[in-house]
Amino acid sequence: MTLQGVLDAVAAVCMIAGALLSLAAGVALLRFPDLLSRMHAAAKPQVLGLLLMLTGCAIRIATVVDITTMVLIAVFQLATAPVAAHMVGRAAYRDGHTRTDLLIADELAPDMEKFADAPSDPPPP
Amino acid sequence: MSRLQAPLTRRERLRSRITAVIGLVLVWDLLWGDFSLLNTVFGVLVATAILVVFPLPPVKFGGRLRPVGVVRFAARFLFDLVVASFQVALLAFRPGRPTNAIVAVRLRVPSDLNMTLVAEAVSLVPGSLIAEADHQTGTLYIHMLGVRDEAHLERLRAGVLLLEARLIRAIGSDEELRKVSAPRAGDREESPS
Repeated sequence: MTLQGVLDAVAAVCMIAGALLSLAAGVALLRFPDLLSRMHAAAKPQVLGLLLMLTGCAIRIATVVDITTMVLIAVFQLATAPVAAHMVGRAAYRDGHTRTDLLIADELAPDMEKFADAPSDPPPP
Repeated sequence: MSRLQAPLTRRERLRSRITAVIGLVLVWDLLWGDFSLLNTVFGVLVATAILVVFPLPPVKFGGRLRPVGVVRFAARFLFDLVVASFQVALLAFRPGRPTNAIVAVRLRVPSDLNMTLVAEAVSLVPGSLIAEADHQTGTLYIHMLGVRDEAHLERLRAGVLLLEARLIRAIGSDEELRKVSAPRAGDREESPS
């Protein structure tokens, strides 16, 4: 097998694995019971899915301009996905959109009054 | 913008500005896909202009980079990312609903930088999500997906602390390193309810 053939095979494996992980994220989004669990699906398997997809593309395309752009996409995905997930998750928990019957432990509930009037909340007008 | 909590010395502030400029120039060059001298010089100009108009909040970085620790942290992080991705994918297709838990983990080094980086790393590994963070005590409240029982929960809690220790070994100062290496006295005891 030529080098090009090997590279093509690696790229194909990366892309298919990435696509399957993204599919799993989609299925999880539909099947998981409450918002916090769904945030896991929205934020996570798809991160690795995207990284694998970008790796596959980088191997196939292999021009410097495109690869540098893909590196940036990966970096910003890694930096922003957790922040977005945290903001949605935090709001969801405060608004009580959590299925507490599915939690085997909740160590946040007893400490919640600490956050009741946290300074990050905007003051009432 | 509050400048109240800025006990940075001139040198530290200069260092954090230079780091910011280098980061922005790197992004600039990557966006253009062009690492030529002219492009880089222009990037420095743009980065400086941005930082003059939108100054970044001061970040205190007391530690130093340890290359071996960084490599170990990155390798373990990638490994965790792959393993946990497939675990969550499996959970998605398996019948039945996963049981979850919210765990409070008190970090041993409650600095802003350390809390942010641990929170980022914990969030990126599938199956754990930051639900709330307490700035004062350095506590992260982590929502864990697919927790089976109390023992599993304790293993996950220990995992977060190990991650913190690996991070400190990568970028922490000597004092922080002592904190994560020593057994902790003021440990928060949770009795199984």
